[in-house]
Amino acid sequence: MSTQSAALKTGETVDARAYPDANGHFGPYGGRYVAETLMPALLELEAAYHRYRDDAGFQKEFRALLNHYAGRPTPLFYAARLSEHLGGAKIYLKREDLTHTGAHKINNTLGQALLARYMGKKKVIAETGAGQHGVATATVAALFGMECKVFMGTEDVRRQAPNVRRMELLGAEVAPVSSGAGTLKDAMNEALRYWVGAVEDTFYVIGSVAGPHPYPAMVRDFQRVIGDEARKQVMEIAGRLPDMLVACVGGGSNAMGLFYPFLKDEEVEIVGVEAAGAGVETGKHAATLGAGGVGVLHGSKSYVLQDLNGQIQEAHSISAGLDYPGVGPEHSLLKDLKRVRYESIDDDQAVHAFKTLCKLEGIIPALESSHALARAMMEAKDRSEDDIILVNLSGRGDKDLSILSDYEKAKAGESTI
Amino acid sequence: MKRIQKKFSELKEKGEKALVGFVTAGDPNPEISLQMIQAMCEAGLDVLELGIPFSDPTADGPVIQRSSGRALKMGVNLKRVLEMTTEIRKGTEIPIILFSYYNPILTYGNEAFYRDAVQAGADGVLIVDLPPEESDEMTSCWAGNGLDLIRLFAPTTPADRMRKIAETASGFLYLVSKTGVTGSAGLDTGDVGRHTRTLQSVTGLPICVGFGISTAEHVSAVARAADGVVIGSAFERLIEENIENPDLIAVMENRVKEYKAATRLG
Repeated sequence: MSTQSAALKTGETVDARAYPDANGHFGPYGGRYVAETLMPALLELEAAYHRYRDDAGFQKEFRALLNHYAGRPTPLFYAARLSEHLGGAKIYLKREDLTHTGAHKINNTLGQALLARYMGKKKVIAETGAGQHGVATATVAALFGMECKVFMGTEDVRRQAPNVRRMELLGAEVAPVSSGAGTLKDAMNEALRYWVGAVEDTFYVIGSVAGPHPYPAMVRDFQRVIGDEARKQVMEIAGRLPDMLVACVGGGSNAMGLFYPFLKDEEVEIVGVEAAGAGVETGKHAATLGAGGVGVLHGSKSYVLQDLNGQIQEAHSISAGLDYPGVGPEHSLLKDLKRVRYESIDDDQAVHAFKTLCKLEGIIPALESSHALARAMMEAKDRSEDDIILVNLSGRGDKDLSILSDYEKAKAGESTI
Repeated sequence: MKRIQKKFSELKEKGEKALVGFVTAGDPNPEISLQMIQAMCEAGLDVLELGIPFSDPTADGPVIQRSSGRALKMGVNLKRVLEMTTEIRKGTEIPIILFSYYNPILTYGNEAFYRDAVQAGADGVLIVDLPPEESDEMTSCWAGNGLDLIRLFAPTTPADRMRKIAETASGFLYLVSKTGVTGSAGLDTGDVGRHTRTLQSVTGLPICVGFGISTAEHVSAVARAADGVVIGSAFERLIEENIENPDLIAVMENRVKEYKAATRLG
């Protein structure tokens, strides 16, 4: 079946950093699976992106925005009490939660909004799940004086209400999307539909390393600052590369940003953590790479959660940002190449890690990042104290407090039955 | 001669334009859908576009999204649509175009899809999210030229790109009337005329225009400019409005006749 034939043969040696090819393919993945109406806009975007990627003026302006507006570089923090508590490897946290707007998303939205400005576009749209990308897009739209419309599933509007309010304060229009389960997938469907009708004057700011070419490569390039900084910082602090990198993967932008500059460092083990939701075996999860098959969703070929007829299935996770049945195409390639190992952490494990970090380090992590943290905590116990595990703390968790209350209420209900 | 080619040359002789009807296979349920489609073919459709339902139809407006959702709830999948195609083919020589998003076909397998679609009696396939840049992976698995891959052209497609895409086209060309999803309001027949003329300058194949065409007046205006007129959302809206109506099939037949009359330019 095509599901199998699309995958690379195991053991095939390919330089993962040579991707994508000229047509936006990451091996058998990626590409541009969109309506013809959007193709000219994607070709125009690709040309502009290639032009400004190598343009000193653009890069200088981008760097200045990252430093003076987003607050980069973010610290690499040694979580001493957490590491001692676990009694094994040293855990370092890349503090993306300390950026302006509270998550790594701002790196990418600054890059894309700057590109939109260079291209003369004055209107931007975005999809959002947890609301972090929506807030980050609304923020840069305010900064650049652009009109902004954000598509957000009704379920996410409910569970991430503070972010809806933030976007509105920032001057963006939030368009609730009630189709499907009312989560990230549906928001992206609706953003694509809107874009088909507004493509001539509107720039679509995609929030992850997903979507049609050039988005997966472009978003990775705007996010790689995370890995570039982390690599330099760990060398300064510890004098060597880490033994393991861990990041959560929904669409996979924070993970791609951290991993990319380390792909050639063979001694560095790399782990991407998907959301196992209520457990992969229950079917209520978002472990696309772990339990999905190859398909086409939202403009690119990659692993997706689908049924035997190629209908996309709903994902499930306590974390709105990981609640997505697709994943960036480059992650699919890295999985096939076995350069990155993809594992999963369930809701309970993520919440446990969330609470542990709050108590031991005084840091409230996003539920998304808590998945990566949970995996690192499991690993640290079994490793020597000379080992270094570097975790991408991709966002802060203030937005998740009401989800946590709902979760605790549901758990209390379960235990009294 | 292939059915699509034959149909357009017959219509040309009669001085008519093609009425191309899109219907989501299996909506409101597979049994009624089959009877309804057979009746619509009988009532005067020239080309049938049979929609394969998909969970995430990103190029479709709310009407076709809902029709797709209803068909999926009825358990309709690609295999079932191919069975319906076989049934429809038994009673008519109408050209049948399978209209799909790529994922159901990719999952079914490109090679198997070609074999089974040809065997079922389909004449062409139109895949909304498979631009020419990506379509080789599908067509390279096709064992023969029994299916026309219907190429899409948009108002945003520049003339040089139109030329390149037209070179690989067969059957007919599908021109999207306006930027937007299916069923969008605000059809501008002046724009349609302009885009059709540009496209005519790069192809000898028939050109059918779709998206947002809902009234008989629209049909006759577009028929003046192009070789065929595609109706999709307007049929699906009618199905939705008459879903409980025991005369649903008669309602659909009458609408087909009304549109068909508007393609006979006197």
